[in-house]
Amino acid sequence: MNTLLHISTLHYLVLGAALFLLGIIGVLTRRNVVIVLMSIELILNAVNLNLVAFSRYWQSIHGASALHGQVFAIFVITDAAAEAAVGLGILIAFFRNKETVNVDEVNLLKW
Amino acid sequence: MNPPVATAFFFYLLAATMIIGGILVITRKNAVHSALALITALLAQAALYLMLYAPFVAGVQIILYAGGIMVLFLFVIMLISIERNMKERQFNKQWLVGIVAAAALGALFVTVYTKTSRGVSLFIEGRMSYGESQNTQMIANLLFDRRAGMYMFAFEIASLLLLVAIIGAVVMAKKRI
Amino acid sequence: MHAIVEYISSYLQSNQTPGAAGNFVWATIYILLVFVGLSIAVICMNWLERKILAHMQVRLGPMRVGPHGLLQPIADALKLLLKEDIIPAEADATVFWIAPFIVVLAAFTVFVVVPFGPTHAITDMNIGILFMLGVSSLAVLGIVTAGWASNSHYPLIGALRSSAQMVSYEVAMGLAVVSAIMMTSANAEGTGTLSMIGIVQAQLEQHEWFLFKYFPLGIVAFGIFAIAMVAETNRAPFDLPEAESELTAGFHTEYSGFRWSLFFLAEYSAMIAVSSIAVTLWLGGWLRPFPNALTGPTWDLVFSLFPGLTFLFLAALCFYSTVRMPKHPLFRIQTMGLAGFGVVLALIAAILFWGPARVRVQDIYWFSAKVAGFMYLYIWYRGTFPRYRFDQLMKVGWKVLLPTGLALLILTAIVGMRTEILSMFQEGLR
Repeated sequence: MNTLLHISTLHYLVLGAALFLLGIIGVLTRRNVVIVLMSIELILNAVNLNLVAFSRYWQSIHGASALHGQVFAIFVITDAAAEAAVGLGILIAFFRNKETVNVDEVNLLKW
Repeated sequence: MNPPVATAFFFYLLAATMIIGGILVITRKNAVHSALALITALLAQAALYLMLYAPFVAGVQIILYAGGIMVLFLFVIMLISIERNMKERQFNKQWLVGIVAAAALGALFVTVYTKTSRGVSLFIEGRMSYGESQNTQMIANLLFDRRAGMYMFAFEIASLLLLVAIIGAVVMAKKRI
Repeated sequence: MHAIVEYISSYLQSNQTPGAAGNFVWATIYILLVFVGLSIAVICMNWLERKILAHMQVRLGPMRVGPHGLLQPIADALKLLLKEDIIPAEADATVFWIAPFIVVLAAFTVFVVVPFGPTHAITDMNIGILFMLGVSSLAVLGIVTAGWASNSHYPLIGALRSSAQMVSYEVAMGLAVVSAIMMTSANAEGTGTLSMIGIVQAQLEQHEWFLFKYFPLGIVAFGIFAIAMVAETNRAPFDLPEAESELTAGFHTEYSGFRWSLFFLAEYSAMIAVSSIAVTLWLGGWLRPFPNALTGPTWDLVFSLFPGLTFLFLAALCFYSTVRMPKHPLFRIQTMGLAGFGVVLALIAAILFWGPARVRVQDIYWFSAKVAGFMYLYIWYRGTFPRYRFDQLMKVGWKVLLPTGLALLILTAIVGMRTEILSMFQEGLR
């Protein structure tokens, strides 16, 4: 019971892992490319949660100014914004070409 | 020391919101519903960052992720008409392989998290200084300070990355290059 | 009973916000107070807007519902609550239902960090101003989903135009805000702060409202923010997306009754929120005029009489119009109602003249007075300026405000760091 009530880094890591798994399932099983992109955002968020949780753990060992995890999380968010923009640009380009948003119908290079 | 119960309550509430939001994202037919579920998950994540005493990351998450990226997603969903897509099959042919792979990854995570390495536990002791009042200033020190900062180069590269992404997105979405 | 009074008075003596003290009960009470105050402010704004706009257009405005139309907002609220709730046939019911709530959420959550006094905020986050800018940008999501869910082309176009406008002017707002934040670090240690209470305290310590700092940079930053905030809240002259003659009310065309009143509430709350940002950043927040130059018990007493005098003035206006009411038997109830309202205002003035209340209400009064000035400016703009066309609007946002904001940012940074830059030059020359 104390494990459940006393929130530690482990709780945040398990939550991050669960979100990561949900994102992976979304990427691997959905056909709609917008939903695949949103699942990628879920994955990146899970990673961020891990980073910030570990930053707090690191703070408890190395003093209050050891915020490397949070800075890394900020860079990941910046990166996710850039990648979402380019990904959606690609989506618009291929929707204009093929009139479909399903990833498994973009198979012109298959034998 | 008795941990405050309110922290556990809010953690489980936010965690449940995030997990339910995540499940709704990957299962909804309507992409707008998925986007709204993702927004809920992102806002709950910002609140979790606040619980982890990372207010600056929480602010950045709300401004950039929920207020920027998701608006972009919603605009694109509305630009491409996907009503036709809602009547088609939603999950692709390899959904079983996908779930098996995710389950294998989940088993790996469980193994890693239940075996503590050499008795080091991941529990934070309760005697930390819960300093929130200088969080932005300390992050600014790490990023910009001449002597103590080590992420200035990464910051400049990130701005270059954003420039490349802007140009890339504009070129990809143009009708005639 | 005695314990409750003890608890209340011991809390009123504290020097921390409820968030910092970790006090749930007081935080909840503050939240309820802010909620009630905001609702009353929105109701007053409704009446004031119609009356002031009418007087600017040389007509009278609502006069029938109560004396001088004072009960008009209540009648409007009753009508909206009792109206039929219509959902368009092909609309997405879930999203249609959620959209007003997102906008109201964004508009109300902002008030968690608004500082009505040095300890009168619900909490003082380290990232106060960042939080306010971020949460107010969530309103765009609500508007986009509202337009989409209505399944009709006028709302969709209105929503896309409105969200494009809001997103463009957020950039200009952000740049102006960053210029003001840079001015907070012009103190001895060179540390600035993002917290709202810290910004006002920096103005107190630097003996200067940021409006007048590094003249004219403060004023230009304030000007950029003042224009951007009008565009951000979709008010005239930037109200193309919701003007009736253009798009039949834009994104809230298909909303009726209670849902429309939620949008209306959110719009006025957002106006008050961005005015609070402007007041905190440039106009000195809760500080009375000349807090450092005119100190001493006599000046404190003089300035502390202002709240009571304001309410006395309003009560005098009420009594004057009571005397001027038509002397017809059908007007008897209205005349008595107006006189009663005047008596209530005079009672509030009397309470505000009494010692302990006079001291306590100072900060809240000056903050509210400045925000009320901004509300009057909003109504004045609506009555004066013609509407911007949408391409002109986007042109102003991107081609005028953004470059000015960037130039302002660089200039403020250079002026703020002039001693360091000069010393770097001298070292380099040596």
